Amino acid sequence: MDFQLTESQRALQDTARKFAREVIRPKAAHHDETSEFPREIIVSAWENGLLNMATPEAYGGLGLTHLDQLLAYEELAWGCAGMATSITANDLANLPIIVGGSEEQKQRLLKPFTEKFKLASFALTEPEAGSDVAGMSTTAVRDGDHYVLNGAKCFITNGGHADQYTVFATLDKAKKHKGITCFVVEGRPKGLTVGKHENKMGQRASDTVALTFEDVRVPVHNRIGEEGEGWRIAMETLDNSRPITAILSVGIARAALEYSLEYSAQRKTFGKPIREHQAIQFMLADMAMNIQAARLLCHQSAWLLDQGQRASLQSSYAKCFAADMAMKVATDAVQVYGGYGYIKEYPVEKLMRDAKLIQIYEGTSQVQRLVIARELFK
Amino acid sequence: MKILVTAKRVEDPESKIKVKPDGSGIVQEGLKYKINPFDEIGVEEGLRLVAKHGGEVVVVSIGGKEVQEQLRHALAMGATRAVWVNHTGPLDQMGVAGLLQKVAEKEKPDLVILGKQAIDDDQNQVGQYLAEFLGWGQATFASKVESLESEQEKNKVPALQMGADNKSVRVVREVDNGLATLECALPAVVTTDLRLNLPRYASLPGIMKAKSKPIEELTPAKLSVDVTPKVQVLKMASPPPRKAGIKVPDVATLVDKLRNEAKVV
Ligand SMILES: Cc1cc2nc3c(=O)[nH]c(=O)nc-3n(C[C@H](O)[C@H](O)[C@H](O)COP(=O)(O)OP(=O)(O)OC[C@H]3O[C@@H](n4cnc5c(N)ncnc54)[C@H](O)[C@@H]3O)c2cc1C
Ligand SMILES: Cc1cc2nc3c(=O)[nH]c(=O)nc-3n(C[C@H](O)[C@H](O)[C@H](O)COP(=O)(O)OP(=O)(O)OC[C@H]3O[C@@H](n4cnc5c(N)ncnc54)[C@H](O)[C@@H]3O)c2cc1C
Repeated sequence: MDFQLTESQRALQDTARKFAREVIRPKAAHHDETSEFPREIIVSAWENGLLNMATPEAYGGLGLTHLDQLLAYEELAWGCAGMATSITANDLANLPIIVGGSEEQKQRLLKPFTEKFKLASFALTEPEAGSDVAGMSTTAVRDGDHYVLNGAKCFITNGGHADQYTVFATLDKAKKHKGITCFVVEGRPKGLTVGKHENKMGQRASDTVALTFEDVRVPVHNRIGEEGEGWRIAMETLDNSRPITAILSVGIARAALEYSLEYSAQRKTFGKPIREHQAIQFMLADMAMNIQAARLLCHQSAWLLDQGQRASLQSSYAKCFAADMAMKVATDAVQVYGGYGYIKEYPVEKLMRDAKLIQIYEGTSQVQRLVIARELFK
Repeated sequence: MKILVTAKRVEDPESKIKVKPDGSGIVQEGLKYKINPFDEIGVEEGLRLVAKHGGEVVVVSIGGKEVQEQLRHALAMGATRAVWVNHTGPLDQMGVAGLLQKVAEKEKPDLVILGKQAIDDDQNQVGQYLAEFLGWGQATFASKVESLESEQEKNKVPALQMGADNKSVRVVREVDNGLATLECALPAVVTTDLRLNLPRYASLPGIMKAKSKPIEELTPAKLSVDVTPKVQVLKMASPPPRKAGIKVPDVATLVDKLRNEAKVV
């Protein structure tokens, strides 16, 4: 076992840290307040190689390991989790192509993202099917050399700005997960409607919309994998992306701890800085300890993926533990700030709102526990 | 054109610097390091110049093998190759300038760009010595008229202006009472000031490419430079802690104190 980072890992961590500190952080409060999409910042992330980090070298990517990606994402989320979520969306959308696409599809559908700034969205969730993905009702019907898509998706990150959508639909709802198939929809074909931008509690810099499909035609050559393989592709995608979602929690929590350390050294009650009260001290110690534990779980699941091993269990450990941890740490940071923590001029209430989402998307904390229990009973 | 730029390894100003109790140096443990920010500005200027005029940026650093990290950083920013002078013993500013002189004579650059000073010991000497040793013209404290928020800066326009046939360089210098413009025949030595440019990030693709860029290893012996220091550091000490400030009730008291106690007005 080796916990030492390589020179190039330290270098990319450094670049991501600088980018987060100098480009993301100064704009985080503005985008949180206005909920404006931080397009310029995401373009700048692309210029610096911080977008499409999962793309393999053969398709114009950098050939980063999962661990490399985690190192960068922790920094980005430290800057602003909403922007980090928007930055991860391309990888989430393109992972199905990476894990399930043909060579021709990878060349044609992945490579352009490394040559030119483009955004993609992953469209799995539906109004009636979130945790219960297999219950989806968006349909795909074969018509000659096309499929025709009908249905509705919701909560789709970057959906209002995307140039490409990875969409899951069923060929036969009665077949449940065996009917699910994955498609790539390029551009904004006729029949695809983008709904309004959701007014969210947190991560307000990220764009979240509903999509409706009315007789949207998708060429057969944009079906990823075989008919009925969509479920496996979606699950494999989430196995790959969960450690990344998990590490966003670590970034948020680290920011919360840093702010708490700073504030608790300055704020005085009863004649001394509050961090000299043991109640505060222990809160800070618990924050630091749990952040480190979460980080190690995330790194372990990324390491397993880098070894080509299955990581469902570890990535569920990581996602669930890290998300719950960030919620607790950010809540405690608000507590350390006392009344000021509750006020928007101070930075910690945003972290609490941002952290909440990670317990919900990409598999709720309950769903992660379901996965863990299922693995335990095997 | 060929541009040689220095990349010194310095303590990261964000880490806490403590002097050893015996005053023999600073506590190294737990310190982080980075490229001297003035050198980073030099690398950026070099890259802008070769983007405009063609050529290559070669970076050079002196130190143990850990300085390769700073060389890789400059390579990741876009420099073509690196020269590492492997030396771990004591070294003073003349020693550094002597080594750089030999590297410059070997590389024959059109321009050597250095930071005006390194943020570790803030000496501000090497560029001047080097120009003297090489017998080249020098323009220190290179800056520019345009602000760092200007369009020129956003478009990464080089601040140093090359003359006809790239035979001279025009440099805007930061001086005590404003800006002064100087024209120097090439080859020349330029040192950078803070407001010359905003250095780019080492992009992730840049970091990956830098892994396979060449770093040539040299030593003082190979360069035939005697680096025996002429300057000896006797003792280091922290500056005395700042005394707490005082509050004055009104402007009249302030002026009175400035005039009669501080004697500054
Ligand atoms: C901001 C945001 C961005 C998102 N981005 C995307 C995206 O880009 N692409 C995409 O496809 N989706 C996205 N989602 C959707 C997200 O993945 C779902 O919201 C999530 O999976 C939960 O589904 P749901 O909202 O339908 O909740 P439900 O499934 O209705 O769950 C409601 C509650 O019931 C619990 N629950 C459900 N089933 C069980 C069970 N069997 N046992 C115990 N508890 C259970 C859940 O844990 C939860 O607490 C996003 C969501 C949000 C809010
Ligand atoms: C929305 C809002 C409405 C409010 N309304 C009113 C109002 O109508 N009238 C009014 O008078 N006030 C009001 N308050 C003020 C509120 O009562 C205070 O914010 C609260 O008492 C905490 O004080 P503080 O914010 O100064 O935090 P601090 O006292 O600075 O506390 C900071 C942190 O240190 C901890 N701490 C402090 N001392 C110790 C110690 N000895 N040991 C262990 N931990 C310690 C605290 O528990 C807290 O976690 C309001 C506050 C808010 C946010």
